[in-house]
Amino acid sequence: MAEELKVIVFGIGTEEYGIEVDKVRTIERMMPITRVPRTPSFIKGVINLRGIVVPVLHLSERFGLEESPVTDHTRIIVVAVNEMEVGFIVDSANDVVDINEDDIDTPPEIVGGIQAKYLRGIAKINDDRLLIMLNLAEVLNKNELVQIEQLEV
Amino acid sequence: MDMNAYLSMFIDESNDHLQSLNENLLRLEGAPEDISIVQDIFRSAHTLKGMSATMGFEDLANLTHEMENVLDLVRNNKLKMDAFIFDTLFKGLDALESMVQDVINGGTGKADVSDIVVNLQRIVKGEHLSDSPKADSSSTQSTAASVEKVTALDQFQSSVLQQSIENGHQVYFIKVTLAETCVLKAARCYMVFDVLENTGEVVKSEPAVEDLEKEKFDRTFTVFTISKINEEELVKRLTQISEIETVEVSALDVDTLATLSVNTTVTNDAPIAKQETKQAEQATANKAAAPARAQGAPVANRTIRVDIDRLDSLMNLFSELLIDRVRLEQLASEIKRNELTETVEHMARVSSDLQNIVLKLRMVPVDTVFNRFPRMVRDLAKSLDKKIDLIITGAETELDRTVIDEIGDPLVHLLRNSVDHGVETVNERIAAGKPETGTVHLRAFHSGNFVFIEVEEDGRGINKAKVLEKAISKGIVTKEEADRLSDDEISNLIFAPGFSTADVISDISGRGVGLDVVKTKITSLGGNVTVTSVEGKGSKFSVQLPLTLSIISAMLIKLGSEKYAVPLTSIVETSIIQKSSIINVHGNQMIKFRNSVIPVVSLSQMFESPDYDESQETEHEVIVIHKGEKLAAIIIDEFIGQSDIVLKTLGKYLTNIFGVSGATILGDGQVALIIDPNALIK
Repeated sequence: MAEELKVIVFGIGTEEYGIEVDKVRTIERMMPITRVPRTPSFIKGVINLRGIVVPVLHLSERFGLEESPVTDHTRIIVVAVNEMEVGFIVDSANDVVDINEDDIDTPPEIVGGIQAKYLRGIAKINDDRLLIMLNLAEVLNKNELVQIEQLEV
Repeated sequence: MDMNAYLSMFIDESNDHLQSLNENLLRLEGAPEDISIVQDIFRSAHTLKGMSATMGFEDLANLTHEMENVLDLVRNNKLKMDAFIFDTLFKGLDALESMVQDVINGGTGKADVSDIVVNLQRIVKGEHLSDSPKADSSSTQSTAASVEKVTALDQFQSSVLQQSIENGHQVYFIKVTLAETCVLKAARCYMVFDVLENTGEVVKSEPAVEDLEKEKFDRTFTVFTISKINEEELVKRLTQISEIETVEVSALDVDTLATLSVNTTVTNDAPIAKQETKQAEQATANKAAAPARAQGAPVANRTIRVDIDRLDSLMNLFSELLIDRVRLEQLASEIKRNELTETVEHMARVSSDLQNIVLKLRMVPVDTVFNRFPRMVRDLAKSLDKKIDLIITGAETELDRTVIDEIGDPLVHLLRNSVDHGVETVNERIAAGKPETGTVHLRAFHSGNFVFIEVEEDGRGINKAKVLEKAISKGIVTKEEADRLSDDEISNLIFAPGFSTADVISDISGRGVGLDVVKTKITSLGGNVTVTSVEGKGSKFSVQLPLTLSIISAMLIKLGSEKYAVPLTSIVETSIIQKSSIINVHGNQMIKFRNSVIPVVSLSQMFESPDYDESQETEHEVIVIHKGEKLAAIIIDEFIGQSDIVLKTLGKYLTNIFGVSGATILGDGQVALIIDPNALIK
């Protein structure tokens, strides 16, 4: 019997993504962001999360997708991975679901323009919803960050 | 029982006791006659022994026990301290330290200390100095006493009692019998002693306190005590302790005392009388010292240990509170209701007091770093065959805990340098017409927002010609530059990276062992280190450190809609310049500033500001910043003002951001980045 996972579901554009609940520190409404100069454009800056300064990324830009405008539904999901705390700006975050680890399939090469290495897999819920599970360690890979910086300079 | 829970406590306390042993032994070395110091040492050793035995570190306990035996003889005036005993005790201490270190590293605290133990035992037996009459007589005396096995007082004790009677104190002989059913005999004894010590002083007990603690007695023990309260009161207090069957208290006068002590008062009247007066003097000296200690003791017990992480989270919570306070103040001024305004004002006052306390909590006296230096300098001087006095002043000066943790190594470096290469050998000093003993001053003091720590010695000083020669040959300065350098600038060349190599040490006056490492470390703490030196007279290293790393004074500035903070420490001046005064030199923008030409940096271009561009202005606000000797003018949009800010990191995801050293949270809850001026100056 495979393990049950609790997953936070959030939306970017028309697609639905998932992050395991135990990696999520908190979900916040949009708040003022301080720009950090000379960083890749998907790094939006830093926020004050109750006294702690946390960097914030725009997830869709990180994946090279089009940036969506900020609405009332826009949320910042703060995750903690490898002792790093980072906030993701997403279009909406409104659901927690249980999925079975068996239901996660390996992703096809390209999904919605996102490179496969950022993905852990695709989970099916209720037959009609597809949930894209993120590989957070890869999304927050710092080596890649350095490469991007070098490209921009 | 799971001992792990107590292990960290054990380690902390052992370190404290080892430290105090070290300090007191050093003090004793300076004043070998002062028995009160021996008492302190004995107490620390005794506690350490008890703790390590409880924790099951047998070797630790055994070694401490042997050291305690020696100390016991010393404090009872049966043994005189000499160089051999000091060295053995110091060696014992080192062994104890390494054992505790082993325990810290997860070891079992075992070590082979048989050499030291043998030496200690020899000292106890008086073998290390077989011709010492003192040791001999004391051993015969103690055997005599043990043979007689009566309630007899030795000369010292009886003279103390006599003295107290003469001074009008009450002296009692107390016989305590415990109830048959008593389970914790040692505990009851302790309670009796506690009462007696609270009201006066216990001079002698039979059996001895050590045996009472180990419950090596039947049900009865006797005590000679000097007390401030009367007989009735004493009986009343003692019988209040449960499980005590009877208490017999009899007051003593000079006559009864004489009969009691007659047993041991042997021949040699004249020397004993002499000794007695001396001992009496010491006894009074002890008494004089005792109340001073009694006042000191409760202070020491009023501290608690707190995990530094908890202080950090307290700090974080507090800065949140601070932000809310500012927000409340803003709301109050909008709503304009008196009650609200008053409450908010009161809250503001309370929270600023709170801020002071929270910041103070993190401050630690530099003594915690300094306290290991006397020993280090002593050992170093001994091994180098030099005579050196280390004089420490300002050890009570306080610094932030995070700074304290970091400055230990650099200071060790500087001190070693001073002792090793600064101060000359005895012969050289005599030849130079200086006193044999070199002096190394270690000073700490506050000045403004900084703490200064100075290491000054009266040694040979820095040979500037050789430093210059070396610096030129290493390519640190060119010949032309060298000609323009002032004396101090030449001295400071020894901090230059690449200056120090092993062969330099013996070549020139011997400075430069890893001094660039010292400089790097101190600079990374936001401080600075400089040296001034007069050849033949000595050198002074001066370390400047920020009071705290968590709160700094900064200038807040605006760049369009964005706010930034510039550390005040790197600002030389703020001013307004005309655009027309900017000159182009080789494509670089420069301005004239105090007789020199310095580069102009546009912050908006550096930081790619989205909504500010100074090119349309005719006047620019600039901040002149410095990095060492280099200056630069930074063009900004607007000054906001000076403020104390709480330093925050940007987290692990964002590292090595150009021109930004950290962030802070402003009163309105927004994050402002702290500019790293060093990055803006090339």
